[in-house]
Amino acid sequence: MTANILIAIFTFALLALLLGSALCFAAKRLKGDRNALVEQINAILPQTQCGQCDYAGCRPYAAAIAQGEAINKCPPGGEATIQALANLLEQEAVPLNTEHGTHEAPQVVIIREDDCIGCTLCIQACPVDAIVGTAKQMHTVITDACTGCKLCLPPCPVDCIDLTQRVAA
Amino acid sequence: MSIPTLTPFPGGLLLPAHKENATQSPIINAAMPQRLIFPLQYPAQQHHTVPAVPQVSVGDTVLKGQCIAQGDTPNTSCIPVHASTSGTVMAIEDHPVPHPDDTHTRCIIVEPDGQDKWITRKKADVTTLDNDVIFDRIAQAGIIGQGGAGFPCIDKLHSQDKAIHTLIINGAECEPYICCDDSLMRERADTIIEGTRILQQLLKPEHCYLAIEDNKPDAIAAVQKAAKDTAIDIIVVPTRYPIGGELQLIQTLTGQEVPSGNNPTDIGILCHNVGTVAAVYHAVALDEPSLSRIITLTGDSLDKQGNLEVLIGTPIDSLLDEMGVNRDTLSQVIMGGPLMGFAVHDLNSPVLKTTNCLIAATREALPPPKAEMPCIRCGRCEPVCPASLLPQQLYWYARDNDAKALTEYNLFDCIECGACAYVCPSHIPLVDYYRKSKHHLRQAADEKARADKAKQRFDAREKRLVEQAAARDARKQGGDKQSAIAAAIARAKAKDAK
Repeated sequence: MTANILIAIFTFALLALLLGSALCFAAKRLKGDRNALVEQINAILPQTQCGQCDYAGCRPYAAAIAQGEAINKCPPGGEATIQALANLLEQEAVPLNTEHGTHEAPQVVIIREDDCIGCTLCIQACPVDAIVGTAKQMHTVITDACTGCKLCLPPCPVDCIDLTQRVAA
Repeated sequence: MSIPTLTPFPGGLLLPAHKENATQSPIINAAMPQRLIFPLQYPAQQHHTVPAVPQVSVGDTVLKGQCIAQGDTPNTSCIPVHASTSGTVMAIEDHPVPHPDDTHTRCIIVEPDGQDKWITRKKADVTTLDNDVIFDRIAQAGIIGQGGAGFPCIDKLHSQDKAIHTLIINGAECEPYICCDDSLMRERADTIIEGTRILQQLLKPEHCYLAIEDNKPDAIAAVQKAAKDTAIDIIVVPTRYPIGGELQLIQTLTGQEVPSGNNPTDIGILCHNVGTVAAVYHAVALDEPSLSRIITLTGDSLDKQGNLEVLIGTPIDSLLDEMGVNRDTLSQVIMGGPLMGFAVHDLNSPVLKTTNCLIAATREALPPPKAEMPCIRCGRCEPVCPASLLPQQLYWYARDNDAKALTEYNLFDCIECGACAYVCPSHIPLVDYYRKSKHHLRQAADEKARADKAKQRFDAREKRLVEQAAARDARKQGGDKQSAIAAAIARAKAKDAK
C-alpha cells in the first residue's frame, strides 16, 4: 500500500519535472519569437510615427504591446487598428483611450512657403524625413510621404505650417 | 475569312431590349448649348489618371479642337482636354460631374461663340504614316474607350509589349435602351472600318473580328457592306446580356478566359468599342481630336427619342430640353443603361466621352428600387453570373467586411454587370455592395502602401540618427588629434597647389 502511494508520488513528481522543463524550454523558444510578434503588431499600426501613444514611434509602441501594454492608445489607427490588434493578440477589443487623442480623417501638413524663415526645426522634428530644405532656405513638405503626425507644428517659430485634409490619391 | 467557333460565356440573361423607340430616326446633331463644361479629370474609374493642367486662362478665346488642358510632363497618365467648339473661356472652377456619388471636379467652362471655327487640321493618307505618328495622333486626340469603362485608348495600345494576335471591335451593345453604337454602325460603318484598318496597320494582328449581336440586322448589313474586301471578319454573336462586356466577348469569340488580374492584352487580345475606333479614324486620318460622340436619348419622359451627335461637355439639361423633356413625369435621369448605369444627381453635369445613353425615366418605367429584403439563399444569382463568381458568398462577405474572403472569392473579377441583382427575388442591390467593398479594399491597399513607405522612412531615419550619434561620440572621445591636423594641412596644401 505504502509502496503504491510512493510510486504514485514519484511518478507525478517525475511528470511534473518533465512537463516543467518542457514548458521552460518552450518559454525560451517563444522569447525568440518576440521579435516576430513585434513585427506583426507593427504591421497593424498605421506608421504615423506621431508619438501620441507616448512612445517614440510605432515600433516602440509595438514592442511595448508585445510586453503587455494596452492596445487602445493609437488615435490615428482608431477602432480598426484596435480590432486588428485584439484579433492578433486574442484579447477583447476596448474603446480608444481618448487621453491620447481622437481618431481623425487622414491629414497632411503644408508649409506656407512665403512665411518660412528656414530654421530647420521642423525638419529635425519630422519622423519620416518628409520635409526638405536647408538653413535659411525655404522648406517644403513631401506630401506623399507626410503621415500627418503633427510633430512639426510645435517647433515652428513662425507658425507657417498648416494641417489640411489628405486628398485621396 | 476565318470564322471562329463561338463559345458561350457562362451565365447571362435575356433582357427586353427597349431599343425600338430611339432607333426610328437617323442620328441628328444636337443643338449648340449655352455653355460647355470640360472636366480636367475623369471621375475615378478602375484606373488612375492625373488631372490635366489648364493651358488657357479665363477670358481666352479658344478654337474648336484646341487643346485646353494636358499633362504637364510627358508620359503621365493624363488625358488631354480639347474645346469641342470655338468660344470664350468663362471660368475654371469646380463643377458637378456625372458620378454615382455626387462629385465635383475642376472644370474649364467655355461659352460657344456659335462660329464653330476649327484649328488648322492636317489630313493625312494613313497608309503613309509611321506607327509613331499614328500613336502620337491617337495620344494627342484624347480618345478614351467609349464602351463604358473609359480606359484611355492610348494606354490600351501601348500595353502591347506582347504582340497582339487578335483585334476585336466590340459592336455588341447588349444593355437595354442603349443603341448609340447600333446607329453608328448603321450610318457610319465606313468610319468604323477605316478606324479598324488603322489599328490593323498599327498592330498587324492575325485575326480581326467585328462582333455584332444578332438583334441588329441593319447594323450587320451596313458593316458587312463596308467591310467588303478587307481583312475584317464580321461575327454575328447571339444576343445575351452581358455579351458586350469585354471579357465575355473575348470568351465568346476565342474561347479564352482572361486570367484574373490580367488585361486582355496580356494574352495577346485587344478589344475596342466601335465608337472608339471611329474616334481613332477621326484622330489619325482627319487630325480631329475626340470632340463629340453619339448618345442615345431615350425614356418615356421625352417627347422625342433618338440618337444625337453631342459635343463633349454639353450639359445634360440642355439635351433633355432639346428632346422635349416633361419635367412633371421625370423621376430620374440614368446615365448608361438600367443595369450598369447610375442616376445623375445634378442635371447641370456635362456629358463625358464615356456617356453612351441618357434615360429620362418616368416612375413607371424605372420605379425606385424596392425595399431590400433578407437574402433567402435561393442561389438564383449564381447561374447568371457571367464571371462564374458566387454572388451570394460575396454578399455575405461584403456585409462582414471580410477583406480576406472577398479577395479569395475574387471580388475584383466582378464586372458589375448587375445580372445577379436583376434576378434577386429579395431586391438586394448586390452590385452596390460589391462596389463599396471594392472601394474599401482599394482604400485599405492604398493605406497599407502609405504605411509601409512611412515605416521604411522612419526606420531609415532612426538608423541615420544612431549612426550620427555614434560618429559624434567618436569625435568627442578625442580621436587622433595629430592625424586630424595633418589631414587639414594636406587639404590646405592641395588647395594652394590649385
